[in-house]
Amino acid sequence: MLNIECPWCGERHETEFHYGGEAHIARPESPEALSDEEWADFLFMRKNSKGLFFERWCHSNGCRRWFNVARNTVTHEIVAVYKMGEKPPSLVKGGKS
Amino acid sequence: MKYSIFSIARNALTHHKNWPQQWRSPEPKPEYDVIVIGGGGHGLATAYYLAKEHGITNVAVLEKGWLGGGNTARNTTIVRSNYLWDESAAIYDKSLQLWEGLSQDINYNVMLSQRGVLNLAHNLGDVREGVRRVNANRLNGVDAEWLDADGVKEFCPIINISKEARHPVLGATLQRRGGVARHDSVAWGYARAADARGVDILQNCEVTGILRDGGKVTGVQTSRGTIKAKKVAIVTAGHSSVVAAMADIRMPVESHPLQALVSEPIKPVIDCVVMSGAVHVYVSQSDKGELVMGAGVDSYNSYGQRGSFHVIEHQLGACLELFPIFSRVRMMRSWGGIVDVCPDASPIISKTPVDGLYVNCGWGTGGFKATPGSGWAFAHTIARDEPHKLNAPFSLDRFTTGALIDEHGAAAVAH
Repeated sequence: MLNIECPWCGERHETEFHYGGEAHIARPESPEALSDEEWADFLFMRKNSKGLFFERWCHSNGCRRWFNVARNTVTHEIVAVYKMGEKPPSLVKGGKS
Repeated sequence: MKYSIFSIARNALTHHKNWPQQWRSPEPKPEYDVIVIGGGGHGLATAYYLAKEHGITNVAVLEKGWLGGGNTARNTTIVRSNYLWDESAAIYDKSLQLWEGLSQDINYNVMLSQRGVLNLAHNLGDVREGVRRVNANRLNGVDAEWLDADGVKEFCPIINISKEARHPVLGATLQRRGGVARHDSVAWGYARAADARGVDILQNCEVTGILRDGGKVTGVQTSRGTIKAKKVAIVTAGHSSVVAAMADIRMPVESHPLQALVSEPIKPVIDCVVMSGAVHVYVSQSDKGELVMGAGVDSYNSYGQRGSFHVIEHQLGACLELFPIFSRVRMMRSWGGIVDVCPDASPIISKTPVDGLYVNCGWGTGGFKATPGSGWAFAHTIARDEPHKLNAPFSLDRFTTGALIDEHGAAAVAH
């Protein structure tokens, strides 16, 4: 079980949260201008990193707010928690992304 | 040596000390016609059918660990083909047909036990979906029956069909041809049969790079040196994104832990497979008497081969509601494997943008049952450089064309 530090509520058990997958996937400004390949890349293609991974969680059984987590997908170690809209922190530990 | 009752008798005379090894452990050749990356069930089946169906025997299977050390030995061994959509029913039933003759074909007992698979319905939506799936299966030539609650009780007497249950059993679909098979026998049997046809199985050989020249694959870099190849096939399940990235290909899969667990061995109590998508557990009993249980994936991405305890707690809660008789059975061990899940919960068996590079992945939580059919179709795709009609719908470009095969919620079990 992961213990996740909600930026607003503090550390809680994973069961209070819902997972939101890869973070920092920006919706294209003008989807109608994209090719099918570019649209598929936005919609379906994922980094699925082994090692450091930036992902979204929602504290759905708490404050119901979304935030970002930097986590190692091999060790499950959470190396940073930061708010929506913030840039991912530069991290040295936790492996390559 | 052909395995038979006579070979057992003959070896009994020498106290079983002279059985030959089942497959060789050769040194890598400098070049192969086809390199299969990944020595799981699917990779070994691919190599076997390349040799058997297409006469391509200059093949190597590269496995970073050992045979039967990954998902092939971590699954809950359920075999069935009762999928909703035509494309899925076709390839999974091809697989089931191959299962039915597999022990004879590869001269290795994979202990296929067609004991019947129940998929339970717990609410009106489940019932409608189940009846629809039975009809869809029959139209596709896949055996399927609908049982009401009393029929379920008759087929599986220990199940609780009380109307007082939080999620009462209202009925179930039954596929009598479904059942279980012995998982590591599948890996060992395919390995032995492929080896006998000349395939090199290279264990402890991790691929670290995919060599290309002008958009065409030329070989792989491995922990045992560079090996050239005319064609390279990626069959690496949870690590599909990692290996595909070596050829600069982005994949539409995400890797998740999938946990399973077994109980202490008990006397035979359940002679079928029971699955429930709604309360989320599946149960069968192994030949040793252990209850084998599994459920859905952990929500987060992981390569860690373990998951969170609350997922196990949830599935055991579901199990006890269905089978109160198990309340004092002790669980012996649990484990996790890493499965790669596609957005539409259907696999990818496909060519790639790189010439001579092929990929077979995205089986998610349901790869074991597909092992023979997956290898059969993938071998065809590699040998002919074009997909068989069975796997043409499962190409990588369906994510661009939008022709998804949406088995999420349709495949008889939640993912």
